[in-house]
Amino acid sequence: MQPPVMTFMLENSWVIAAVPFFSFLLVGLFIRPYSDKWAGLVATSALFISMLASYLLAWDYLQISGAAPQVLVPWSVEWLQFIPKISVHMGVLIDPISVMMMTVVTTVSFLVHVYSIGYMHGENGYGRYFTYLNLFTFSMLGLVSSTNIFQMYVFWELVGVSSFLLIGFYYKKPAAVAAAKKAFIVTRFADLGFLIGILILAGTSQTIYFTSLSQPEVVSQLNEFGVLNLALLLIFMGAAGKSAMFPLHIWLPDAMEGPTPVSALIHAATMVVAGVYLVARMFPLYSQATYALEVVAFVGLFTSAFAAIIACTQDDIKRVLAFSTLSQLGYMMFSLGIATLREPLGYTASMFHLYNHAFFKALLFLGAGAVIHAVHTNNIWEMGGLRKKMPITHITFLIAVLAISGIWPFSGFFSKDEILVASLHGHPIHFIGGLIVAGITAFYMSRIYFLTFLGNSRTEASSHAHEASPVMLFSLVVLAAFSCVTGFIPFSHYVSIGQPLEHSRINLLVAISGTLMALIGIFSSWIIYGSSSGSAKRSDVIARRLGAIYSLIKNKFYFDEIYQFVTHKIIFKFIASPIAWFDRKVVDGGVNLSGWSARKVGEGFLSMQTGQLQTYGVWFVIGTIVTFFLFWATVG
Amino acid sequence: MGLLSLLVFLPFITALFVMAAPIQKQIRWIALFGTGLHLILTAITTYKYVSVGLLSTSPEDKLTKLFLVEKIDWFTSIGIQYNLGVDGISMAMVILTSIIIFTGVLASWNVENRSKEFFALLLVLVTGVFGVFLSFDLFLFFMFYEVAVLPMYLLIGVWGTGPKEYSAMKLTLMLMVGSALILVGFLALYFIAGAKTGIYTFDLNSLAQFNYPKEFQSWAFPTIFVGFGILGALYPFHTWSPDGHASAPTAVSMLHAGVLMKLGGYGALRIAVYLLPEGAKEWGLFFMALATINILYGAFGAIKQKDLKFFTAYSSVSHCGLVLFGVATLNFMGFKGAVLQMFSHGIMTGLFFALIGMIYGRTHTRMISEMGGLGQVMPWLSTSFYIAGLASLGLPGFSGFIAEVHVFMAWFFGNAWHSIVFSRVLTILAAMSIVVTAVYVLRGLGKVFLGPVQDPHHENLTDATITEKLTTGMLVATLAIVGVYPLPLIKLIENSIYPILNRLH
Repeated sequence: MQPPVMTFMLENSWVIAAVPFFSFLLVGLFIRPYSDKWAGLVATSALFISMLASYLLAWDYLQISGAAPQVLVPWSVEWLQFIPKISVHMGVLIDPISVMMMTVVTTVSFLVHVYSIGYMHGENGYGRYFTYLNLFTFSMLGLVSSTNIFQMYVFWELVGVSSFLLIGFYYKKPAAVAAAKKAFIVTRFADLGFLIGILILAGTSQTIYFTSLSQPEVVSQLNEFGVLNLALLLIFMGAAGKSAMFPLHIWLPDAMEGPTPVSALIHAATMVVAGVYLVARMFPLYSQATYALEVVAFVGLFTSAFAAIIACTQDDIKRVLAFSTLSQLGYMMFSLGIATLREPLGYTASMFHLYNHAFFKALLFLGAGAVIHAVHTNNIWEMGGLRKKMPITHITFLIAVLAISGIWPFSGFFSKDEILVASLHGHPIHFIGGLIVAGITAFYMSRIYFLTFLGNSRTEASSHAHEASPVMLFSLVVLAAFSCVTGFIPFSHYVSIGQPLEHSRINLLVAISGTLMALIGIFSSWIIYGSSSGSAKRSDVIARRLGAIYSLIKNKFYFDEIYQFVTHKIIFKFIASPIAWFDRKVVDGGVNLSGWSARKVGEGFLSMQTGQLQTYGVWFVIGTIVTFFLFWATVG
Repeated sequence: MGLLSLLVFLPFITALFVMAAPIQKQIRWIALFGTGLHLILTAITTYKYVSVGLLSTSPEDKLTKLFLVEKIDWFTSIGIQYNLGVDGISMAMVILTSIIIFTGVLASWNVENRSKEFFALLLVLVTGVFGVFLSFDLFLFFMFYEVAVLPMYLLIGVWGTGPKEYSAMKLTLMLMVGSALILVGFLALYFIAGAKTGIYTFDLNSLAQFNYPKEFQSWAFPTIFVGFGILGALYPFHTWSPDGHASAPTAVSMLHAGVLMKLGGYGALRIAVYLLPEGAKEWGLFFMALATINILYGAFGAIKQKDLKFFTAYSSVSHCGLVLFGVATLNFMGFKGAVLQMFSHGIMTGLFFALIGMIYGRTHTRMISEMGGLGQVMPWLSTSFYIAGLASLGLPGFSGFIAEVHVFMAWFFGNAWHSIVFSRVLTILAAMSIVVTAVYVLRGLGKVFLGPVQDPHHENLTDATITEKLTTGMLVATLAIVGVYPLPLIKLIENSIYPILNRLH
């Protein structure tokens, strides 16, 4: 293979991540203290540059990569060295999925920056907000362009902390503080698995680079020690934490305490797909580990159904979207899990869905943000009839709802269809499960659409709502355009792995059954929530009929309570407090005891010092006799 | 006077000037000037060390030799020399100490009570610390060690808060037990080697030429290791640390947790492992297990603390466990990780204690439950505190991460003498601390800084002054520089690891 031709943009691909980083420093240290307005403008223009660069890069990459996708590392510097054999570089890895992710991240991030200029206007901490956004974007770009698993971990933690900072942006609000803490700690727990997985991989194979980890020698070496599945499961634990897979999903719904554009960018479009991306990045290894891959598929499918069911019962618009994100992430994970090197469609489909999802989910969140901005509530029952008051928001939101529900010709249809086609190869439950989730998704998405935009306004606030500002609408419209067209991208042409895919894309049977499921979902939602003004009653009746099951679902299967119990009742009460007590009373008690006994012994000797000559005489005689006997006993 | 002697005695000279200062107000300026000068001198020494020691000598040279050596016979008859030298490990420690004392002086800017004696003692104390890091003669080492440890008693007993006499006494006595063990060990090292070779000497590198009998090593190693371990907060000899830190004034806490506790790890590596490699192999796993307890126990203990200083002290116990762990791994990465962790933890704890002092100066309480929402009142201080907290939970981008990852990697790779399974299990246990650390840091800091302002009196408090911004800014910058670009520090340390490592093989 001849060395690839380097273009200017490829050689300088580090710029894409570096621009937001320098902008972060510049805005955070020098601009923010003086001018909020400029902080927003500089941060946004940095992202604009970064976005342009990423599209140029994508263009160049498509030019040079011919039939087979190439993996390039155009730029990398030594960052630290463990032992001469294992040194860690920070670099940029260019391959189809990283290029795709770079364009997604920069695009969505840029649009969210623009939107935030309107949305966050007049907020306390406006400059701080943009500083954090830039930090996040930098970290995310570093993550997607990682050349090695260690670099991935570094940026993985950095996106974690940016997410923490942004969830806790309204730091005066206790709920936001708690949510930020929860998100960080839950993902940290997952990262422990990731870290141990890295240790096992690096320790066994002596390499951390993605390009060498996929070599057959490495795989056989890992198999020889019997750690391949274990290491990959541990790494999947990290991925599951970041992508909020069951049972580590509990942080994501709470993360909605952050500002809504943040939810769009971080907790819907970009950061949460990092887990999916990690599994995809390490797919050459995962494809060798059947067991680990089965777990990925199972967890993915389970999460996607589990979250979809919960989403049907939530009343907070952002929480519905959060559970929908969980469900869609589960879908992507599932799709990866059913792919193999011989049947690689799942891999492509997963990446395709990730790509489409980023745009339509960001659109949903930003649309929800516009609504919340207008009616000052998150509760869908307090909205209604916004169709006429917010026409553009309405249309864009509708596009997103259709896209996520999988209605032709919007983007979600294509990728969901591909996932379903891929699932045909496996166990029938895969296909059926995927189909059912698609139906439920259409149901709950149209539910929030009907309740928010159709009917009449149910509260005072929603009747006074007005359309969002032009900067916000700009982002909505662009994202809506993306949601209309990205489905037509011949994705499998660009992103594939293993066996080349045949290009027969639409499987008619699957397409029809998928669309049918979506239509059933939308229709039943219409009956319950959309058809009459008295829709609240009909849903109440259903809720009452379901009784305990309904409240179980509504309370998210009590997972928060279980976690609360484990952390507070078990860890704090039975480990932390006893250790604190043990340390003060027993360990330190021992120290004090020795001090005390030394003093007592001293006091004992003190009582001999009476000052009377007679007493001294007695002690002298006793001492002499004892010494004599001791001497006699040892020598004699 | 050579460069290294100047480096050691400059704080002492400054202390003399402080004592001679006629006007109260001049004292802190003299101290600041002296320590500032020291910072410059450290930079010069580093430059010299790098250019002489790292760049321009042959490969063998830079692996074994000390640089800028000053050797004067002192008590020739019993083989005591005034022997100073510098290698990568001591260089890193000197840089750390120099930064901490400079910021420590800044953090004590408002000490009014007997400030003359306070600054003088502080400076005498660091003279001892620099002496320890730069001496390569056991006698000199021990002498400086005592000079470093003893002023602590007065500094806490006189300028402290709370049950200060109790804490000062406890701290001093426990450290004296350590000193006694060290002294016994040193004398044994001296006499055994002397009796065998006929040359009685305290010179570290000459003693390292001698292979001590295995039976001797198997008791001498734990004696010396525990002796240093007490200062390094080795479980279960760590309880002086929460009391001591809680009672000590700000700068003393900074120096103590930042620098003095590092003497423990430094001595364990430089002397115990270097001179007694067989003992290290025999006892490594045992101390590894103890250090694992340190790490988890300290972290869990920190969760429920009510006083910010206790909180930080337990966190220090946990982090110092990482140092001892790195030492106990007996491999290249572990030693390097231990030194990195010493550096990183030093700066981080210094920052923690400096900030606690600043906050205490405003709120007059250190009780976590009595604070809340301070973030909106003092954004600079709370941001710095968060940075310290994030650094301590091992966030990439700050030095703590680099060190932790080295240590974890090292344990995982293990060494040729210890059960690989056991060390992997210990690694996994110890790695759990990254979660527990996140729990206590975010819980504690969240309660203090976030949410609504709890005490209405706290609403009118002021943010950092210029001196305070300088203090915290310097420490934060150090954490970030090492975290973002760790390679220079790693290269600085790396070569000096080999002599110790080679003794093991």
